[in-house]
Order: sequence, then C-alpha cells, then structure tokens
Amino acid sequence: MTDTTPPDVTTHAMAFTPEDLPTLRSFFKPHRIVLLLIAAALIFCIVWFMRWDWLPQYLPRLGHGILITLAMLFSTAILGFLLAVPLGLVQVTGPWPLKALAKGFCTVIRGTPLLLQLWLLYYGLGSLFPQFPAIRQSFLWPYLRESWPYGVAALTISFAAYEGEVMRGAFAGVPAGEIEAARAYGMNRWTLFRRIWLPRAIHRALPTLTGETVLQLKSTPLVATITVIDVYSVISKVRQDTFITYEPLLLLAMIYMCLTGILVITFRYLENRIPTRGA
Amino acid sequence: MKKTLKTIALSLALGIAAVGAASAEPVKVGFAAEPYPPFTSPDASGNWEGWEVEFQKAICAEAKLDCVITPVAWDGIIPALTSKKIDMIIGSMTITEDRLKTIDFSDKYYNTPTGVIGAKGVELKPTPEGLAGKAIGVQVSTVHQVYATKHFAPAGAEVKEYQTQDEANQDLAAGRLDAVQADTIALDAFLQSDQGKECCDYKGDVAQDVAVLGPGVGIGIRKGEDELKGKLNAAIKAIRANGTYDTFSKKYFDFNIYGE
Amino acid sequence: MADPVSFINWSLLALEPPGWGGVLLRGLLNSIEIAIGGYTFGLVLGIGGACGKLYGGPITRDLMECYTTIVRAVPELVLILLLYYAGTDALNYVLALVGIGQVDISGLVAGIFVIGVVQGAYTTEVLRGAIKAVPAGQIEAARAYGMSPYKVMTRVTLPAMLPYAIPGLSNLWLIATKDTALLAVVGFSELTLVTRQAAGTTKAYLLFYCAAGVLYLALTLVSDFLIRIIERRARRGFVEQS
Repeated sequence: MTDTTPPDVTTHAMAFTPEDLPTLRSFFKPHRIVLLLIAAALIFCIVWFMRWDWLPQYLPRLGHGILITLAMLFSTAILGFLLAVPLGLVQVTGPWPLKALAKGFCTVIRGTPLLLQLWLLYYGLGSLFPQFPAIRQSFLWPYLRESWPYGVAALTISFAAYEGEVMRGAFAGVPAGEIEAARAYGMNRWTLFRRIWLPRAIHRALPTLTGETVLQLKSTPLVATITVIDVYSVISKVRQDTFITYEPLLLLAMIYMCLTGILVITFRYLENRIPTRGA
Repeated sequence: MKKTLKTIALSLALGIAAVGAASAEPVKVGFAAEPYPPFTSPDASGNWEGWEVEFQKAICAEAKLDCVITPVAWDGIIPALTSKKIDMIIGSMTITEDRLKTIDFSDKYYNTPTGVIGAKGVELKPTPEGLAGKAIGVQVSTVHQVYATKHFAPAGAEVKEYQTQDEANQDLAAGRLDAVQADTIALDAFLQSDQGKECCDYKGDVAQDVAVLGPGVGIGIRKGEDELKGKLNAAIKAIRANGTYDTFSKKYFDFNIYGE
Repeated sequence: MADPVSFINWSLLALEPPGWGGVLLRGLLNSIEIAIGGYTFGLVLGIGGACGKLYGGPITRDLMECYTTIVRAVPELVLILLLYYAGTDALNYVLALVGIGQVDISGLVAGIFVIGVVQGAYTTEVLRGAIKAVPAGQIEAARAYGMSPYKVMTRVTLPAMLPYAIPGLSNLWLIATKDTALLAVVGFSELTLVTRQAAGTTKAYLLFYCAAGVLYLALTLVSDFLIRIIERRARRGFVEQS
C-alpha cells in the first residue's frame, strides 16, 4: 500500500513462485531421501488409515469443481489484467480527476477484504432487486439471477486493483530514454504507447504476474460462499454429507497445491520463452 | 536463539493452557451464528434471543448446568462438537439416522412440518413435478437439503445450497430463487417480516419422509456422554411437566410446537 | 421495505441499540485483536522460520521450506478451516501426550493461532529476503570482532535488515487485518460476521456491508499512516542501493 513498497516482495512472500520450484537433482541428497521416505510413509498412513470410501462417489463432481475454479481463475485474471493496464496508465499520465479516481479505486479495493466485497456485490445488490422491479424485466436478468457473474466481477475487480498498482510501477519504470528515443523517431503518442511503452511495461510487470495469479487462485474459493460450485464447494458438500472433516480438507489442500504447482511450472515455461536481455 | 525460541513456544503453550484452564468448567452450548428467527437471532446489543435461547436457559437451569452460549458456523457445527469446541448443540438440529452415526441426541424438544415458500402470484406446488425446472434454495447440511436433493433434484429442480437460512430467504426475495424449503416456523417468521410480506407466500407442506425429515429436533451431544444425555432428557421432561416450556413457548407461538 | 429509500435508514448505524453501530465496532475490535495477536505470533514464527531457513541444518531448512511452500500454495480459507479444526485438535492431542491434558481453546486463541500460522510463513519469506539483503561484509565484520552468533543477530543482522523488512512487514500487517474476515466462515464473530448478522436481521444489506467496508478502509488508512511514520524512522541513515 505504501508507495515505497515494491509489491512483488509481498507477493513473493505470499505466493509460491517459479523461483521456489525445486530442481530434480536437488532431491538426491542423503537427508532429503530420508525426508522423502518419511513423507511417503506419512502419505501412506493418510491413505491407509483415514477414511476415503467417499471419494469415488464424488470424483466426477470434484473434476467439475476444479474446472469451475480454473475457469474463474483464468477469466478473472485476464479480465483483471485488461482493466489493470488503463488503471496503471492513468495513474502515471492521466489528468488529475482520472488519476485520483484510479488511485481511490485501488485504495478502496485493496483496503477492504475480498470476502466483504463479494458479499456486498451479491447480497447488497441482490437486496436492491425487489425495490426496482424493472431490473427483472431487463435483458441482463438471466445473468443477474446466477451467482457466478458476481464472483467473476468481484475477483476481476480485486485482481485489477492489485495488478493496477503493479502496472503503475511498471509504466513509471520504463526508462525515459526509451520513450524519448521513440519520440525522436517521430512516433505519435499512440504508436509510442503501442510499440514501446506498453510492451516494455508489460515486460517489466511479467515477473509479478505469476505471483499475482497464484494469489488469485488462492482467492477463488471465496466464491463458494455465494453458491458458486467450485472445488472448495464440492469439498464442503462432502464434509456436510459425510461428517468427515480432515480427509476432504487434506485432499482439497492437495488439489490446490497441485494446481499451484502446474500453474507455476506453466508460467516458468512461458517466462523462459520470452527473451530477456541478461541483467 | 534456540533457547529463546523454546521459551517463547513454551510460554505460548502455557498461555493457551492457562486460558483453557480458566474456562474449563462451563458447558458450551453451540448454535449457528446467524439470524434464524424466531429460534435464535442476534439483537442490536449483540445478545442472542429467541425461543431456542429461552429453551436453552430453561434446560440449563433445570439440569443445573453452567451453560455458555457459543455461536459457531452451522456447516461446521458437528465437527465443532466432536472436536470439543462445543459440548452440546441446541440449534434446531433434527434427529436423523445419518447424524446418529456421528453424534448422539437427547429426546426431541420440538417438531414442526417442513414447507415450501415461493414468490407471490406464481403457481407452485411443493411436489417433485411442481418444482421441476425451478431453482429451490435450502440451507446446507439440513434435513431440507437432504430432502430436496433426494426428492426434487432427480425430477429436474436446481437445488441451491446456502450457508444460512437468511441468505436463502434473501435470494428468494431478490428473485434469484423460485422457492425455498425449510422448517415451517422459520419460513413463517420470514413471511411475517416486511420483506417476506412483500415478496412471497406459503406454497404448502412437502410430503412426509420420516427417514429424511426425522422425528423432531433434539439436543446434539457427543457419543458416549450418557450421563449428560440422561440429565438433558430428565430436564426436557421436567420443564414440559412443570409448565415452563409452555410459558415461554406461548410468547412465540399460538400452537403446540412440541408436536405429538 | 415498502418505502423505496428505506435501505438508507441511517438510524440502524446508531451506536446504542436499536442501532447496530456498537455491535459493528465491537466486531472491529475483535478483528483488530485477532490481527494484532496473529501478526505477533506470525512474527515470532517468522523470525524462527527465517533463522531456520538461513542458519539451520539441512533438515530444519527443508522442513521450513515445506511449511512456507504449503502455506503459499494453499488458499488461506482452506488453511483456516484445516487449522481451525485439525490444528486445535492436534494441539490438544500433543498436550495430552505431554501430560497437561485437554485444554479448551477459546475462539479468540484459535483465531490468533490460525492467522498466526499463515502469517508466520509469509513473515518467514519477508525476513529471509531482508536478512539476505544485508551486505555480507557487515556480518563478517561483526564476526571478526568476535561477537557470538546471538550477538551478531541482535546487534547487527536484525537492526540492519529492518529497513529492508519493513515494507514487506507492513504489507503483511494490512493482509492480516483483511485475513481476519475469513474467520467469518468458521463462525468467529469478527467484523465481517457481525456485519452479516446485522444485515440479515435488519435486511439492510447494502448499508451494513458498506459500513463495514468503511471501517476496514479506515483501519487500513490509519495503519498506512502509522506505517509511514515508522518507515521514515527506520530508514534514517539508510542509503538506497539500486
């Protein structure tokens, strides 16, 4: 929140990022082999002694839940990023009313819990519908009736606010020389933005994007509280149907760890394909 | 460094123990931390009131228990009981076969039918055919959820599950649901409210299914606590016999909430 | 609700009953209490974790790595549920093994414990980064003076890393205040849950959620103001290296 804070420090502290991935070779150290064996024994105990008989029955629903979670994650991350670009840009060059507006937006969203925003959107707006019957006649009603649009909206806004702050730093951090050079080439403002400023800013923001996306994944289960049936919600259902607490939650933690792992590996692969000049 | 860490860890552990030791005696009575009128609902000074709060006070006085009310999340109330965060549940929990596998119950202390409400002016029958293609809201881990999933979902109803009854009611008022299934008394309390009066009316009782809807509501306790169970059963009998039960029930209801 | 503007019924926010303002403020106080407790507990865990990661043996290091990896890869909501149910169970179990016997963990302590464990992992990472940023020469010089490792820690490493750590730590404080909202899901009456109760009882959803938002925002802005003061003090005599 403070201006001096590089956002990526905290993001890195809160989200598992590509730098944390172990290399294959690092597993072959004597003490690690012992630790891995202990871990294997632990997992064996969990699988063997705890109750997993409910699992086959819920597998299809779990798969569906994971898809919903991923759909939530990617749609909101992409939409949020598209919103973050103008948010960051106007904070750097915009006229003051827009600048203040963007800054205010980021401060408000980043200063309140996502859970509260979600409930405000879903139940707060919902409580307006009975008072304005016209809403129910509008073409938007089939969507307003569902719960996922509110989840997407809340998650998108949140991602935009956090990433908007990153983009602000990224836009401000593009070396002035490069922009001057572009001007000297006679580029107009739009070409300059499209060819130089935006690509360079995105390039600078990319390393934080992984962390922010992992954080976004960590936020998605909140939508279960407004009746979206994501993987968290499926696990809640298992807990309520079977009265088993620990096994489903352990499985859920495992699923999220796998999702994070896959996400991070994919991002590392993508990052390696983007050429960077060695620092 | 290591030594300091150990000291800190130990003092923390002792601190927790001390906190625990100070409040080890009382019996913690759990119920859902949500407005569920007319049984339990918070008032503006942060206290809980309602029929069930009065019932709990009467029971604890009768059984000479030092009760502390402990609101917890409804969807985690049974784990809270089994992991000893609370000692009994007085939270409109129906006695069912499924729950009896995990916890134990006292005798029933009230029993009311299950019904369905829906938007005013909309033809809606509380039957599987009548609800086909409709969105019906229920509270999670209630008998109503089990019932709706068993009877209405196969016929094509979309069963939406809510953390609290109030949220389901709210979504019905907002028009996101076509119907809500719940305990008739809880539904009645909603229909009496300004919002309920405006939007919705009663569509009828659902067909009986004792296997799901159970014989009534009991006090949930951990398995094997037969002494407590005996005390509670005796207390329920006693307050029914000496008129206390009827006295506070009359403040809330004009019919016999105990059932048959 | 007959009157279309009745959702802005300001008297609902009055501090005395029948207004719900007092309940909200008490919820805010609960939130702050948990945030402070959890943050402090997290700081203790974090200092231990960072030291373990940097100076511990290979096994300590790997265990710490597991701890931070799990917390950083699993949603807070899931961790909170797991820790709230399993963590307190496990604690009781361990205490029973040691012989202290069953303890009864109040909601407040459980909340602090849960937030603290999550914060601990984040703090570990922030502090580890900060300690690594301290120029090695300073630590070597301290060693050359014959200081014991403990003294090096308290006299050189910790004070020298503070300017590096404070931005991250202050962000973590803001995150701790917001993470307390997640305890609503386990039924702890902090600000978000009491707001939901108030909103549900009065049906003034929009009003109460907005009011709670304002309270959270105020908490953030006040914290931000204080953080700036602390930061300015901590950065005295600090040369920016970049």
